[in-house]
Amino acid sequence: MGITRQEIEKVALLARLQLSDPELDTMSNELAQIVGYVDQLAEVNTEGIAPMAHAIELENVFESDQVGESLSRERALANAPHHNSIGYLVPAVLGD
Amino acid sequence: MSILQHTARELLGSLESREVSSVELTQACLDRIREVDERVGAFLRVNEDRALAQAADVDSRRAQRKPVGRLAGLPVAVKDVLCDREELTTCASRMLANFRPPYDSTVVAKLKSADAVLLGRTNMDEFAMGGSTENSAFQLTHNPWDLQCTPGGSSGGAAAAVAAAMAPLSIGTDTGGSIRQPAGLCGVVGMKPTYGRVSRYGLVAFASSLDQVGPLAQTVGDAALLLETIAGHDARDSTSLDLPAPRFSATVDEPLQGLRIGWAREHFAAGLDPEVEAAAREALAVYESLGANVREISLPHGKYGVATYYVIAPSEASSNLARYDGVHFGYRTDEQAMLSELAEERRRLESAKDQAGLQNLDTVLVRMYRRTRAEGFGPEVKRRIMLGTYALSAGYYDAYYLKALQVRRLIRQDFDRAFEQVDLIAGPITAAPAFKLGEMAGDPLSMYLVDLYTVSANLAGIPGLCLPCGRTKSGLPIGLQLQAPALEEERLFRGARMYERATTWHLDRAPL
Amino acid sequence: MDQDFTTVIGLEVHVQLATQSKLFCRCSTKFGAEPNTQTCPVCIGLPGTLPVMNREAVQLALKTALALECEIPARTKWDRKQYYYPDLPKGYQISQYDLPLSQNGHLEISDPKGHFEPKRVGIIRAHLEEDAGKSIHDEVAGKADSVIDLNRTGTPLLEIVSAPDLRSSAEAHLFLKELKLLLTYLGVSDCNMQEGSLRVDANVNLHLDLPGGPVATPIVEIKNMNSFRAVERALDYEAQRQFKEWRETGRVLGQSPKQTRGWDDEAGVTRGQRSKEESSDYRYFPDPDLVPVAFTGAEITAVHGSLGELPAATRKRLEDQYGLSSYDADVLVNQGPPLVSYFAAVVAGCGDGKAASNWVTQDVLRALKDRNIEIAQFPVSGSSLAELVVRIKSGELPSARAREAFQTMVDTGGDVATAMSLLHIEGVDESELLSLCERLVAANPRIAADVQNGKLQALGALVGQAKKSNPNVDPSRVREICLKLINNPHP
Repeated sequence: MGITRQEIEKVALLARLQLSDPELDTMSNELAQIVGYVDQLAEVNTEGIAPMAHAIELENVFESDQVGESLSRERALANAPHHNSIGYLVPAVLGD
Repeated sequence: MSILQHTARELLGSLESREVSSVELTQACLDRIREVDERVGAFLRVNEDRALAQAADVDSRRAQRKPVGRLAGLPVAVKDVLCDREELTTCASRMLANFRPPYDSTVVAKLKSADAVLLGRTNMDEFAMGGSTENSAFQLTHNPWDLQCTPGGSSGGAAAAVAAAMAPLSIGTDTGGSIRQPAGLCGVVGMKPTYGRVSRYGLVAFASSLDQVGPLAQTVGDAALLLETIAGHDARDSTSLDLPAPRFSATVDEPLQGLRIGWAREHFAAGLDPEVEAAAREALAVYESLGANVREISLPHGKYGVATYYVIAPSEASSNLARYDGVHFGYRTDEQAMLSELAEERRRLESAKDQAGLQNLDTVLVRMYRRTRAEGFGPEVKRRIMLGTYALSAGYYDAYYLKALQVRRLIRQDFDRAFEQVDLIAGPITAAPAFKLGEMAGDPLSMYLVDLYTVSANLAGIPGLCLPCGRTKSGLPIGLQLQAPALEEERLFRGARMYERATTWHLDRAPL
Repeated sequence: MDQDFTTVIGLEVHVQLATQSKLFCRCSTKFGAEPNTQTCPVCIGLPGTLPVMNREAVQLALKTALALECEIPARTKWDRKQYYYPDLPKGYQISQYDLPLSQNGHLEISDPKGHFEPKRVGIIRAHLEEDAGKSIHDEVAGKADSVIDLNRTGTPLLEIVSAPDLRSSAEAHLFLKELKLLLTYLGVSDCNMQEGSLRVDANVNLHLDLPGGPVATPIVEIKNMNSFRAVERALDYEAQRQFKEWRETGRVLGQSPKQTRGWDDEAGVTRGQRSKEESSDYRYFPDPDLVPVAFTGAEITAVHGSLGELPAATRKRLEDQYGLSSYDADVLVNQGPPLVSYFAAVVAGCGDGKAASNWVTQDVLRALKDRNIEIAQFPVSGSSLAELVVRIKSGELPSARAREAFQTMVDTGGDVATAMSLLHIEGVDESELLSLCERLVAANPRIAADVQNGKLQALGALVGQAKKSNPNVDPSRVREICLKLINNPHP
């Protein structure tokens, strides 16, 4: 099934990617081709088959509620592209 | 380069008996890297000072008869996707070009406590997405057997480093074949363990339910040695198996009695390169000559593996890579340029009185995210993020993601049934040997189809190993894949070692 | 204004669970630390990090779900809810989507003042999720950067979603009070709204019964309500606003998308918030980094057994066992388990539920309030207060001086005997009292004559003299005996 240009634009926004017009065109074609290939899954009879989200299916893996070490603020912020002495900085998010 | 002809296990013996010092060995690796890596491009960064310091430290502790770790003094190369405390860890992405994690991945921590010498960081496809290492944001890696060809990927640097004898051991990661496929194309041994065998803590995630860390080496025994060093339960990874890591290297040389080998008819179907097919069939004959019972099996859902994989892996990736938004770590777009771009667009829309356009114009924050990600990620990463976002979005989830999870179980059930009849499954690792660099550019689907024989092991969580089983007329390596049931790494290593012992492919070195 | 509508309200309550460490890492959850000092690679979402479940958080959630009589599935799993916001470092929140920890429970509410019938409010689901961080906005500059603090990121939250069963702001308020009380009894949260341990969003619309058939107004979600009082005010305001809007536009449910409005407490209004174009597409999918949680029947039974007595049962017990009015039982229970145990200690020592209830709900609560302390710090133990009640009943402690004695006990922390001796309180027995009155009547013939002539107020002088002679006498008894002696001098 085809993917419309409008859908691609919507997905690009959802994915927070900025794509130029030529990129959107290329992406539309490539995704259409890949999705076309993936569509063959529809022919598999999966009735009654439980989805398998994990390669090895474990359960109940816990840690006990004991406070461990945190990073110092300096180390926590060290990789931030923009920060001041107390936190991460982003353009004002009011209204977003 | 004589010292580098030896296997890691032999070198460890020489280090232990102090015939060779770790500094000598490390220096030999560094010299070899200097000699050939300009042509190969396996390493993104080599940390000579640190490596020599670690080596000297091991030597001095050995001299003083102090206790040393399991790999003491052996140089190991690490794929640039595993966090190494305060050292650059880039995933071959612009996004993480300056990222220095404040913590060690469990695998790197285990290597450090085993006193391995960390030589440097190997090239890869960006965020491990790709099968040729051409998606690295920083450099190309060339196949040591033919510099015009790809080393495979995504652990292309890891495989090339071993194939070119720059490192006796190297660490890779495998999400859909990213250890086994480059091992095959570079003529070395590469192994993907059972999912959960090796901790993923500190492995920068591509597709969490598929990613596994594993060893690359020149021989099966060396791969066993490296795996037993990095395997084991880790409380920091909820998907880590709560089992001790067996000493694989202690049993690897013991042949398996009454071995039953299965070959899947689907692995020998149309599209398989004749030279590859011949080599794989010859390998089956070798097993037969070793007394194994070789029989045909069927993995009927294997043909859906690539489709299944290219729903699940991009879906998980689209989520795992959402954190690269330029706020807490990694790259951020130039804010001034971003603000003027937005202002310019607003002016244009206003003068055109385009109300809908103004309504839909990105906010500053949204534009910051979008530009950051557009500039920080390469095309393949963007493609997979788009694909995964699409597959998980409202209206498509059931048809793609959920469906893929169901087919995934069918693929797993195929293996369960097959392993009732056979102990190991053998077949080609790829349908063709290494292709020319650039050959697949602009054809993502064909590139994805290269993963046909490898993705199923990741989907099912079972271990798989690739070892050299021949060469094409043009001299390119051909790889044999062996797969075993979950947790049967020991069987896998022993079965592979039986073949290795009976053949000489692993002794050949790339003509560099 | 016309009130020709029914307000239909459902609440979404986010409760911070009282764990020491976060839901998926071991950073402290303590409130009030300096920004970005309680974070680690995991809660910052640094590349390569992985979450591991906090056992205690799951236990506290299970406890709450069972107390809300929810169904617990055999397995529950984690899903990623994906959206971009600077206080959400991974770009997704780990939450629960289609297999929540619990569903289909209920909470009973009843109004002790009897304004509405007791009712059962449905709980659609209660699920676990991780909290986000905080954006500190520079309100003044407006255009300046926002600062992000990730200390709160990853704190365990239990999201409790009620059915749209509430029909007034008062019911909503009562539901929240009862829920908070339940959480307090369970000890699963400190429920501190100022610190954000308890956050409430409300979904509200109006149902109108029109001649042409019933219609409903579009559902509005109200956010930013920082107290129960604010919830009540916001709901009242919003009901009126929706009614007005409906009269003006005629717009009904389904004709406009669900709107989110923020409550402005100072202005007393709700304001529309900018809706995001794709806000509803969260692309939930199972978190591959976490494994499911499976509960065994035995485990559920064990947690169920550990719940202890919950508020509704406590109220009933206080009424049945001690004959308390439902109002008094409610006052006691609403103060929380420590006060109820205090009350129980008083009753145990004095055997009089009504008297114990009066002392506890009036004098003890007032003293706690005056001193701004909790019952745990209260200087008068339950058994001491019981002893005070016993002495009043026996007459040893004249009731006229009981409050004085109580105050002294509160001030000194001593028992009732010590307080009485400090205050020189002694019991006055009947013969002593009679002889005192006889002496007084005999010594004041003029007063006796006035009384005999009907000037009963003259008795006050006799009472005054009696108190001067012995401060422990009961004035009403003196008055009674003197009157009898004057009117009937020779029995």
